[in-house]
Amino acid sequence: MTRVASLAQVSLQYGQTRALDSISLEIPAGCMVGLIGPDGVGKSSLLALLAGARRLQQGQVEVLGGDMASRSHRRVVCPDIAYMPQGLGKNLYASLSVEENLQFFARLFGHDSAERRRRIDHLTQRTGLFPFLDRPAGKLSGGMKQKLGLCCALIHDPDLLILDEPTTGVDPLARAQFWDLIRDIRRSRPAMSVVVATAYMDEAQGFDWLVVMDDGQVLDTGTPAELLAKNNSHSLEEAFIAMLPDDKKTGYAPVIIPPFPDDAQDIAIEAENLTMRFGDFTAVDHVSFRIRRGEIFGFLGSNGCGKSTTMKMLTGLLPATEGQAWLFGNPVDPHDIATRQRVGYMSQSFSLYGELTVEQNLILHARLFHVPESEVHQRVDEMIRRFELDSVRSQLPESLPMGIRQRLSLAVAMVHKPELLILDEPTSGVDPVARDNFWRFLVALSRDDKVTIFISTHFMNEASRCDRMSMMHAGVVLDSDKPENLISKRGTATLEEAFISYLLEASAGAAAAPEQTSADAAEDDEPAGGVPPGRPPLFSLQRLWSYLWRETLELQRDPVRATLAMLGSLILMLVMGYGITMDVNDLPYAVLDHDRSTISQNYALNLSGSPYFIEKPEIKNYVDLDRRMRSGELAVAVEIPPGFGRDLLRGDRAEIGVWVDGAMPSRAETIVGYVGGMHSQWLQQQALARGHGGALSSALDIQTRYRYNPDVRSLVAMVPGVIPLLLLMMPAMLTALAVVREKELGSIINLYVTPVSRVEFLLGKQVLYIGFAMVNFLLMALLAVTLFDVPMTGSFAALTAGALLFSMASTGMGLLVSALTRSQIAAIFFAMIGTMIPAMQFSGLIDPVSSLEGGARIMGEIYPASHMVIISRGVFSKALDMTDLASSFWPLVIAGPLITAVAILLLRKQEV
Amino acid sequence: MKRFLTNIYRLGIKELWSLWRDPTMLVLIIFTFTVSVYTAATSLPDGLNKATIAIVDEDRSPLSQRIITSFYPPFFLEPVMITLQEMDTGMDSGVYTFVLNIPPDFQKDLLAGKGAEIQLNVDATRMSQAFTGSGYIQQIVQLEVSEFLSRYRSEAAPPADLVVRARFNPSLDESWFGGLMQVINQITMVAIILTGAALIREREHGTIEHLLVMPVTPAEIMTAKVWSMGVVVLLAAAVSLYGVVQGILGVPVEGSIALFFAGAALHLFATTAMGIFMATLARSMPQFGLLIVLVMLPLQMLSGATTPRESMPVLVQDIMQLAPTTHFVQLGQAILYRGAGFDVVWPQFLFLTLIGTALFAFSLRRFRTAIMTMA
Repeated sequence: MTRVASLAQVSLQYGQTRALDSISLEIPAGCMVGLIGPDGVGKSSLLALLAGARRLQQGQVEVLGGDMASRSHRRVVCPDIAYMPQGLGKNLYASLSVEENLQFFARLFGHDSAERRRRIDHLTQRTGLFPFLDRPAGKLSGGMKQKLGLCCALIHDPDLLILDEPTTGVDPLARAQFWDLIRDIRRSRPAMSVVVATAYMDEAQGFDWLVVMDDGQVLDTGTPAELLAKNNSHSLEEAFIAMLPDDKKTGYAPVIIPPFPDDAQDIAIEAENLTMRFGDFTAVDHVSFRIRRGEIFGFLGSNGCGKSTTMKMLTGLLPATEGQAWLFGNPVDPHDIATRQRVGYMSQSFSLYGELTVEQNLILHARLFHVPESEVHQRVDEMIRRFELDSVRSQLPESLPMGIRQRLSLAVAMVHKPELLILDEPTSGVDPVARDNFWRFLVALSRDDKVTIFISTHFMNEASRCDRMSMMHAGVVLDSDKPENLISKRGTATLEEAFISYLLEASAGAAAAPEQTSADAAEDDEPAGGVPPGRPPLFSLQRLWSYLWRETLELQRDPVRATLAMLGSLILMLVMGYGITMDVNDLPYAVLDHDRSTISQNYALNLSGSPYFIEKPEIKNYVDLDRRMRSGELAVAVEIPPGFGRDLLRGDRAEIGVWVDGAMPSRAETIVGYVGGMHSQWLQQQALARGHGGALSSALDIQTRYRYNPDVRSLVAMVPGVIPLLLLMMPAMLTALAVVREKELGSIINLYVTPVSRVEFLLGKQVLYIGFAMVNFLLMALLAVTLFDVPMTGSFAALTAGALLFSMASTGMGLLVSALTRSQIAAIFFAMIGTMIPAMQFSGLIDPVSSLEGGARIMGEIYPASHMVIISRGVFSKALDMTDLASSFWPLVIAGPLITAVAILLLRKQEV
Repeated sequence: MKRFLTNIYRLGIKELWSLWRDPTMLVLIIFTFTVSVYTAATSLPDGLNKATIAIVDEDRSPLSQRIITSFYPPFFLEPVMITLQEMDTGMDSGVYTFVLNIPPDFQKDLLAGKGAEIQLNVDATRMSQAFTGSGYIQQIVQLEVSEFLSRYRSEAAPPADLVVRARFNPSLDESWFGGLMQVINQITMVAIILTGAALIREREHGTIEHLLVMPVTPAEIMTAKVWSMGVVVLLAAAVSLYGVVQGILGVPVEGSIALFFAGAALHLFATTAMGIFMATLARSMPQFGLLIVLVMLPLQMLSGATTPRESMPVLVQDIMQLAPTTHFVQLGQAILYRGAGFDVVWPQFLFLTLIGTALFAFSLRRFRTAIMTMA
């Protein structure tokens, strides 16, 4: 048997957890290989290593005849491997349509336009996606998302197809169709190897060869038949439990459910024509059912079929659009606090407070449900005992294994002793042993405590344990009955087949996409033209364009980011233009005139004539002065002493007192300057009026020329400085977000497993944001000369060239930030602080760079913003052009490419 | 009513626990109320600081020499001697903020009583230095010249003196302003971030759904967040005011700190409600971050905490009357700097109460409708 991949002594560690523990394995070629085991045992890590998406830590991985640790080998084989990561549509772009997603991937693999069209049409027709080419990927059902994922993976005819849990959360019909499709494709390309991870043991039955994993180790390998025979079991699930190490099996016993007395007629929940519409989408369509008290009632259906929505309507979380539901005979009313006391609810994802300990969570919920204070601790202890949580009592839930968290959720839902439990997919992501344990608790609650249990699931074997169940699809209940009755009604062998038969019946009415025959497919499967043989080129403009195009589409469809990109700088410029003015105008002042002579009145009049001051009613006395200054009503108070006019005329020394509000020191300094100026001006006027001007006028005349800004307007000084600042902050932030978003949402995986290089990936994004920066620059320049009335005296071409070079540097800084952060929120603040603080302090915005010393001086000299500030001020105010500013252009020419290069080097082509 | 109060008490305590176990937020609170207040206070230059000056000395006399040596740090860097030709390029490239041009025969003309002219060129695109700097230079030159001349003839003293005293901050120390204003700004920012993030975290972890099936109402959930986060911010602000501003920076506080905190509590009522509102608008933490950037800057820059309100356009002043920050800044400045009592600041208290109540009611309505789509 030839092998497609082999692993030797491979280990992988994430922090404290060991995901893979010294695994050695040979994977046969040309067949369907299944990796089975519950969640979190290392299946995904193993697949990511095979695909080259994750960096190898220890051991050796060989795929398609080469070492995956070698970068050049990865580049060569990457077009031959297709990888579909776990999670519905994880590597797809939700806001892009089916067509756009496929176009994007096809471009990355270098197909030309005609070839792309041919392949896209072929694949979508074959998968039944053809009618939905225009639908955004985010709005597809789970099954369709997975089919789209498969199309994207197959667009380049891979030799090795790696699928990580492709059918988790997909309805059984879509699942069956998915596997049919894979079988079809394998028939037409027999050489292709497929490696699949799955948590559904039943579907692994049909694979050629299995690897059974648990806890980072391989328990066994072999064909399904061999494994069953070895462990003496009828199903793979049983075989799996048999293969588990002994310490995990202790306490394990099969779930036994005592029969439910059929005569019970007491109704706990009743729903009649319950309907929920979101806009024109009907999530739940006239659903009716009855659940008897003490019964375990199951809801079986795929993700997004309306199970959760129905449950939310029953709990009152969502008001029903139509229809009615009753709990214990009372109509459901979202405002009815009393019925909530009788219901316990456990939501789909784990949703307890991760920051509270196990015990604190229980206590909080007990108190919120108003368990009498004296009983709270006793009740919490009871829950801890019953659900076996004593050993983790004071731990934080986040550090606990999934199975225990699930028990805690159940304990929390039970803490107020409700009569009804609503459990929304409580066991997804829990291994079979823990799942059976969980069920034993449910059985005990139902049969011993007579608690009614309403549970939803997408596991067939769980559904078959329910007393009665409903099958749900696309918002409609297909049928409700005892599981065994449903099977016999459809005349099938298993519940799954029964469900599929119901689904087929339901979709028969709707226009089911015709599945193409395999003969049809085979004919099309000639070696495709357009795929460059051998090594993909190191750099491809098409791949860069592909990322640029995709980023543009995504931004277009995200209103918050798009607004910020288009108008963010403009809004902030308005704010800053008015906010950081250093002008001091309209200063409120008042006079306390003890003298009341013509001369004193003349002095007061002189002040009121000034544009800087606004006169307020006269001050009456010191108390008045004090009060008005304290309230901030007066910025300046002038006190003219008694006898001021007389003293002045006599030539005696007179003294005028001025109080300035020093609360805002910079303003106070300006006021002091103004008052001093006005005072000496007044003295000169007085002297001239009295005819002895010569005595006072000084022999020295200092002529002050305020250059570049003769009116000394603050806006003229500030606006040209604000433009570089915003041209730095916004583009840097948006570029950083564009990259980190992909990290956070998971689509960065496409960088890891497709031929796109780091340069193409980053430049594709950078180019777009440079474009936005330039649009913003033009708008800001326009705003500056129009609204703010700042004259542009120099060469606009020079300013534009400077802005372009500077945008390269600022988007480069954004890329740099993205290399250092993982979450979007961190990227936002890091980009803001990292660009703004140095810009404010070292770029000459407030104190010129030439005033700085030491480290700050060096920082100021090399920081690109300093040079942009000089260019901007030079062009706006100093009438300069390119040649005058050459010494500021050179640093920018170097900075942009340099910063971008560093960012490219720091980005990883594999997940660490 | 009792049920309402116990519920918001329990939920609030839960918020406090959540915050306590969230290291990022704790670091943010500690940083903003200590380090950032300290740096804001100390990093602002006191008026003129190391301005660059060049001198074109075409006179080369003892008087011009005397003028040259009168410029020294910390106000000015050592003057650079340049030629007339170098002046324009030096100013164009921004190397010199000031260039003083002493013409030929300056000393001779002065002594002859003919009257002499000296030219001061100022780069007026550098507002922070241009204004105060040129004032300083004029004074320095005047002083040097009159001292020089007084050896030859006596000058008459001006008939009326002007005695200027700065109230509330006699030495016009910038750190008094920077430190306290930073505390005021941080109160706004941290209050919005904490409450907003607390709501978004619940939504992202799915716990909001959990709360809603319990016998608690949206009003209780929101009030709990408002009081708990408000208390945290008040405590942090108190530590900052007593420990950093008064303790480490040694800034005297004039008025009643208790009155200030009463005002801060009202302000927090408004800003925490605003945080909730923004969190209902944002679909995720990143969007919330972007919203904060867009909302915080105007709220702070136009509130009068950085530059005086009266120099902004009237329209901006009027719009900002609706922002709680404007009133809080006025109230803070009046109480902390000017020692104003309640009789002076009662209008601000009234405004904050009105704005807070309106914001809270509005946010609660929005929260009630948005919460359904969150679950």
